[in-house]
Amino acid sequence: MTFTIEDITARLSAHLECALSLEPNSPVPLIIVPPEQLRAAANRLRYDHDLWFEHLNCITGVERAGGYEIVITLFSTKLSMMLNIKVKATGEEPTIPSITDIFPAADWHEREVFDMFGIRFDGHYDHRRILCADDWEGYPLRKNYQPPLFFHDIPVTVNVPGGHQIPVTRVPK
Amino acid sequence: MGIIEGRYGPNVVITSVDKVFNWSRSRSLWPITFGLACCAIEMMATSASRFDLDRLGIFFRPTPRQSDVMLVSGTVTVKMAERIKRLYEQMAEPKWVISMGSCANSGGPYWEYGYHVVKGVDLIIPVDVYIPGCPPRPEALIDAFLQLREKIERETIAKKV
Repeated sequence: MTFTIEDITARLSAHLECALSLEPNSPVPLIIVPPEQLRAAANRLRYDHDLWFEHLNCITGVERAGGYEIVITLFSTKLSMMLNIKVKATGEEPTIPSITDIFPAADWHEREVFDMFGIRFDGHYDHRRILCADDWEGYPLRKNYQPPLFFHDIPVTVNVPGGHQIPVTRVPK
Repeated sequence: MGIIEGRYGPNVVITSVDKVFNWSRSRSLWPITFGLACCAIEMMATSASRFDLDRLGIFFRPTPRQSDVMLVSGTVTVKMAERIKRLYEQMAEPKWVISMGSCANSGGPYWEYGYHVVKGVDLIIPVDVYIPGCPPRPEALIDAFLQLREKIERETIAKKV
């Protein structure tokens, strides 16, 4: 049996009992899911015996004017099909539920999205930064991010316009 | 060599001892096993059988206590910079540093907008030899070791270089 994205969306919205919107003209089929329905949707997509979207490819974040989008890419080996789920979050500390217990592979992806965009994943068992230093301040991929001048006495912004106004000395031999 | 530092000129004892010391130091440069990015792949290739650093007396050591050379091979992130500094401080004197590739020299492609890259490892630790390239060929790395060897041969125990 073949499934189109419309079939999957209809099945999912019947299960969640809410209307889901599809993003038109997306190269990969993309369903927009409200944050409070994310866990139910992920659970259904993973364990539905006709779909088996059990492979989590990627979780990534996007900052748009007026909020953040978290894009979760799933893959079904049964349908040989890729599917994107988009969740929207707003605010200075945007929060969406974590799906680490449904997809264990989401662990580091969620930590990376948190590290880069400051999006909280409610229910993540190990909610720390993953790439930047543990006591790094700010979230580097946000549009209003300004890198620090120094981090623990190490000069960071040496050549950026608006960076160091004082000259930084190289360690002499 | 704190006792004789700055007290003697190049007399017959000093120069003879220099010759032995510099010969032994420059012929057994032991770098610390330590790779940061793609330059480390070239470093591994250089130490493997095709280019074979062993024939120059260069053996990679697994601990800073036994190492003479620190080979900074790759992008130095701010998070790693603290570890590099600590490793450098753990190495016993005399010690030398080779900065390998554009990233370690100046930040490389992260020169302007890298928010988490140190713009040159010489902002943290002193560097003896810089190798240009992205990444440098194994021949360039061997050349850096030969240049470092020449540099060590000019050193003297009578004064701090």
